[in-house]
Amino acid sequence: MNENQNKNTPPCQRPAPTPEELTRRRFLERLSLVAGGVGALILTVPIAGFILAPFFARRHEMWRSVGKVESFKIGETAAVQYEDATPLPWAGVTARSAAWLRRESADTFIAFSINCTHLGCPVRWLAEANLFMCPCHGGVYYKDGAVAAGPPPSPLPRYPVRVKDGDVQIQTASIPISNK
Amino acid sequence: MLPRIFKRIRDWVDDRTGLPTAIGKMAGHLVPPDAKWWYVFGSATLCAFMIQVISGIALAFSYIPSASEAYSTLRFISDEAPFGHFLRGLHYYGASAMVLMVGLHMVQVFLFGSYKFPRELNWATGVLLLGFTLVMGFTGQLLRWDQNAVWSVVVGAEQAGRVPLIGEWLAHFTLGGDTVGGATLTRFFAIHVFIMPALIFAFVGLHLWLVLRHGISEPPTAGKPVDPKTYRQEYKELIEKKGRPFWPDAAWRDTVFCVGMIVAVAALALFFGAPQLGKPPDPSIIAASPRPDWYLLWYFAVLALLPHGSEKYFMVFGPLLVGLLLIALPFISNRGERSPSRRPWAIAAVLMIVLMIAALWVEGVRSPWSPNFKAQPLAMSVVGATNGPVFVGAQLFHSKGCLDCHLIGDDGGRRGPDLTDVASRLPKSQMILRISNGGVNMPAFAANLSQADMDALIAFLQTRKIQPP
Repeated sequence: MNENQNKNTPPCQRPAPTPEELTRRRFLERLSLVAGGVGALILTVPIAGFILAPFFARRHEMWRSVGKVESFKIGETAAVQYEDATPLPWAGVTARSAAWLRRESADTFIAFSINCTHLGCPVRWLAEANLFMCPCHGGVYYKDGAVAAGPPPSPLPRYPVRVKDGDVQIQTASIPISNK
Repeated sequence: MLPRIFKRIRDWVDDRTGLPTAIGKMAGHLVPPDAKWWYVFGSATLCAFMIQVISGIALAFSYIPSASEAYSTLRFISDEAPFGHFLRGLHYYGASAMVLMVGLHMVQVFLFGSYKFPRELNWATGVLLLGFTLVMGFTGQLLRWDQNAVWSVVVGAEQAGRVPLIGEWLAHFTLGGDTVGGATLTRFFAIHVFIMPALIFAFVGLHLWLVLRHGISEPPTAGKPVDPKTYRQEYKELIEKKGRPFWPDAAWRDTVFCVGMIVAVAALALFFGAPQLGKPPDPSIIAASPRPDWYLLWYFAVLALLPHGSEKYFMVFGPLLVGLLLIALPFISNRGERSPSRRPWAIAAVLMIVLMIAALWVEGVRSPWSPNFKAQPLAMSVVGATNGPVFVGAQLFHSKGCLDCHLIGDDGGRRGPDLTDVASRLPKSQMILRISNGGVNMPAFAANLSQADMDALIAFLQTRKIQPP
């Protein structure tokens, strides 16, 4: 066995370097690692940046008209549709959003998110029952968005709403992400 | 003459690549002689994955991963493309088979104690592959890009949003922005078609490498515990004495089972077809009832049945804890008895988990917590009156939404108690109290009912008694 090992020993083997000594081999090893690291970094930064782009995008909120003031009756809640702030050209129907709009009085409106605060499913308005109900896990809200029953941790979020030139306008917003 | 040419070609390829010899060695590796039908589920999972790769690539020939066009390409694949409907079915039932086989494989490995020394990392890589499979299932459902898919993304983002500190960040990452839109689908496409398959290929490779390295575990014998000091030697002796070449002595069973599975998947695709496409992916269509595909339906039930207020912790730490526990299993105990007959708690654990998932799954199918928006006004034969307060009360019972959550006979929802014979168990005063004040899962109706409404509703409910036979 020993003989064999001796036979296989390369003839050019040098004595092992001391730890402080920077041999040619160790230098090349480090060079390769550092060069590889630099290469990886050059590729990683822009690629990760591209994938994470949504976080760097500046939010543009916009006011969207959702109908004439007189088309909403006082004391009633209606579904309104509008387009997101800056949809991508290929977004198609996914660029659309909806909200529940309640006309409280002649000049006050409340716009509720349609997303249940439990897991985001679209709540439905039951006009005669005066309740919002969620189809997923049975969350229920009163007409003012307060939690009436079920798992939702907080009231229905509200969107900014205003009246301008006889139009009711809702400010676009992100899907409310509940953290409760 | 001909065979000699083949042999020469083979020898040439072997000389230049070394592959035929290497593959031959792998195929011929010795396996325990009595590893029989219990051992087919791992290769069946791989077989199902292959169905997925092939059918997935075929689907990609026609699928456009664009928010505006994916839905119409799915319509085209389902309704017009030759074999399109069958192909979608193949991909769907192939996915179902893969989830099922991963589950069976895991149960078998656990019950046989095969995860013990020295196969701890076989188990750990397997758990990761289970996770990847479920991610494939969820993202695959989203690529269907109908109304259900869009809302599933939102539900996924809301769950990601519960993670402490980085929740909102994760939610926006999931959506690809502030809302569902043009950037959402392409992300899931890249994950489903490139990232996850690459990970699965890599980890299947590692998993198989480990199988070859440690050998297929021998079926357990009661009273023969695993001792890390002696196990390797014992296994080596067993294999040298009694081992059979994997190909074809053991592989024929894998092949037969795999082909049987392909036939079953193809038959299901042919006779039942892929899941119907829902409405278009328009987030402004409010009438939606999002449901996950069957393999995650039990988790949908978990989310509905959690005690209120605990969701936040559960949604984040529940799956994380389960994953960590599963990976940690062989590191907690990698020695001792392997035979299920000596590990009653292992059998009990499997039974409990299977029963739990089955029960939650049944609940998920019924989803009694969801209001029944389709409830129609009660029939006259049920109400028992055509005018007067009982009749008015029955109408209110429908219009005020009571029927969405309560049963009267066979009509209504199942969210709240069945009120078919409520008058036999509750006095009038109790009824008024409950309707006015509500409860955990019931809204308070005090502000929403006039005195006349309440009187009529109570009049109706008081007629709901157990009918004498």
